[in-house]
Amino acid sequence: MSEKKRPLLEELKKGPWPSFVKEMEKSAHNSKTAELLDLLERSYEDKTGHWKHGGIVGVTGYGGGVIGRYTDLPEEFPEVREFHTMRVNQPSGWYYTSDALRTLCDIWEKHGSGLTNMHGATGDAILLGTTTEHLQPCFNDLSEAGFDLGGSGSNMRTPSCCAGPARCQNACIDTLDLCHNLTNTFQDYLHRPSFPYKFKIKISGCANDCVASIARADLSIIGTWRDAIRIDQEAVKEYAAQGYDIQGLVVDKCPSQACTYNAEIQEFTVDNPNCVRCMHCINKMPKALRIGKETGATILIGGKATIVQSAFLSWVIVPFMKLEKEDDYAELKDLIERIWEWWDENGKVRERVGELIYRKGMREFLKAVGLPPVPQMVKHPRANPYFFWWPDEIISSASGDAEAEAAAGAEVEK
Amino acid sequence: MCSVPVKKPKTDIGPPYYYDMLPEIIKENYGKWKYHEKIKPGVLKHVSENGAELYTVRAGSPRLLSIVTIREYADLADKYSGGHLRFTSRHNVEFLLSDPANIEPLIAELEAKGYPVGGTGDCLNNIIHTQGWIHCHSAATDASGPVKAVMDDLFEYFKKDDLPAKLKISMACCLNMCGAVHCSDIAFVGIHRTVPTIDDAGVAKGCEIPNVIASCPTGAIRPNPKAKSVMVNEEKCMYCGNCYTVCPSMKIMDPVNDGVAIFVGGKVANARSGPAFSRLAIPWVPNTPPRWDELVVAIRNLVEIWVKDARKGERYGEWIERIGWEKFFEMANLPFTDKHIDDFIFSVPTFRTTTNFKY
Repeated sequence: MSEKKRPLLEELKKGPWPSFVKEMEKSAHNSKTAELLDLLERSYEDKTGHWKHGGIVGVTGYGGGVIGRYTDLPEEFPEVREFHTMRVNQPSGWYYTSDALRTLCDIWEKHGSGLTNMHGATGDAILLGTTTEHLQPCFNDLSEAGFDLGGSGSNMRTPSCCAGPARCQNACIDTLDLCHNLTNTFQDYLHRPSFPYKFKIKISGCANDCVASIARADLSIIGTWRDAIRIDQEAVKEYAAQGYDIQGLVVDKCPSQACTYNAEIQEFTVDNPNCVRCMHCINKMPKALRIGKETGATILIGGKATIVQSAFLSWVIVPFMKLEKEDDYAELKDLIERIWEWWDENGKVRERVGELIYRKGMREFLKAVGLPPVPQMVKHPRANPYFFWWPDEIISSASGDAEAEAAAGAEVEK
Repeated sequence: MCSVPVKKPKTDIGPPYYYDMLPEIIKENYGKWKYHEKIKPGVLKHVSENGAELYTVRAGSPRLLSIVTIREYADLADKYSGGHLRFTSRHNVEFLLSDPANIEPLIAELEAKGYPVGGTGDCLNNIIHTQGWIHCHSAATDASGPVKAVMDDLFEYFKKDDLPAKLKISMACCLNMCGAVHCSDIAFVGIHRTVPTIDDAGVAKGCEIPNVIASCPTGAIRPNPKAKSVMVNEEKCMYCGNCYTVCPSMKIMDPVNDGVAIFVGGKVANARSGPAFSRLAIPWVPNTPPRWDELVVAIRNLVEIWVKDARKGERYGEWIERIGWEKFFEMANLPFTDKHIDDFIFSVPTFRTTTNFKY
């Protein structure tokens, strides 16, 4: 173990928030981890990172799941000359038993630095730092113990989801089952990169969107309902009796002015056809208000961070889709495959699906994947007159055929 | 006798089955939860249709965890929650308890070990963040260090749930924004401020020139056929570092000029107002390891003006929406500069097109 002083990192052991430096020191009996601390101290001195771009490393049969990492100071820090990351596909909703965690720890103690991220941004459990020669044995042990790798590179990234019906009353869909099902169904796309770029799927059980799917998933699946909010008027009275400001904190903040509260009889009502199901009132009075019973999900596409064309929030493409375990989510899977097919055919290298839709136009996308345009897709219709017509929407002047004209006219109206 | 053949590893087995990870109380009440209550910061109680009660105790973590700590979590779970726990999307650990008598002893042990309990409801939640200098090649700043310094400073808010609304702070160490921090109440992001230095020989040898050219959002990169490399138009480059991501010979690190930009007012939940991007508040604070003092002071100021002025229930962006950005800059005592006015491809809809504004 290195006995070097690390005065800059020492400063980050102070203070009430748990210290990542202390975490690293807990595993510093591993010589690699000790040297990682030294390298980090050097970064703190130099004010720059000391890692090179990833090289191509991996395990047999997979093209993703391992990120190659090498320091740019290999002479000085030979122990972290190779310091690769392995992404381990998490169980849906990040639920674990203590034994499952211990198994993961034992494998990582045997093969790596002892450092992890619980979890990475995509959702995987991140095993941080090992050598090329340990990759395959580590994977073999993981696989033997029931763990598989997640995605990296230009593939379907590891899908992730919220706590779901296991621990939340707002789950309109079984996010855990859907996440597990999609991951297993599309494993080939996850392990073997074949897409133009990354494709992230995130699943939230309601519009609170606890996994931020709308901001960071190419395909966002967000639970919703289309009947009525369930109201327990006795519980409303209890909130009133406790002095809760139902009018001010709930009704007045309803974005579609769909809630009313009659303080005299302590009755709460929702104008359901005008409710946009934003979750606000349900969040504020969970004992009195519940999601509807006819549940499904809104499907949105294109969410991503800044690089290259700006950050996008996902766009609505299916306002409501039933998601049934019984038919193995056939409708959704079929849509996903149609989306991939179009993206694969038209996307440039490193072009996210949202950027492709922006480049080619939403109308091209919708036609290609067979989705009808509906007003729920837009905040407002276009204000400019620059729109395209499909050839079959144009009346042919050559034909002079009244019937054909009428047919084309009817097509336009559709 | 022949030797034992080497066993071929199983591939494509998929993740462990989540259902096997769940405690009995959850299996019995799966999909039947009726409501939840916030018992106190860091403790939730979920009640099912048949009256079963599940308690969640949430503790913050630095995300970068040693297996020593994970084993401690496992031991605590065995002792207090039947061996069942989960992690949240914001790097917290949550213990799933069926016996309320275990809540206080678990909290006491967690706190004694330095794992603070809190972060639920109208608290400051844990800071989502990225890898930084610990393990990333493209980081413009460290991640764990600045996060630790900011959370130390704002620690009281992790333990108090009487903020105007929930407060979600996020951090990314470069514009790739692993973790997509761009929709947070407060987001801080590592940025560069100088154009890449081109190693022509390296580009010629190791990079796909069409990819390098295509990687530039502003079209600032063009071929340099003489050197079998590329050139950068310095007037067009806005230092995003994407060319460096696809080509290591476009070196963009600049220890003196790299730093952190701070954005405010974003959210992802649809509750009330829709999801929204965070907007630029402070274009640059310098990288000052080990504790990023300027950053810490700037973020504390941004939090305090919101705590002081926001109405109950107003997220950061909803508060700014009500008072107006001009008032925000005044209240935050921040200079408004040409950096704050968008000049990228979607800039026009951000310009003010009404005479309605405040002084």
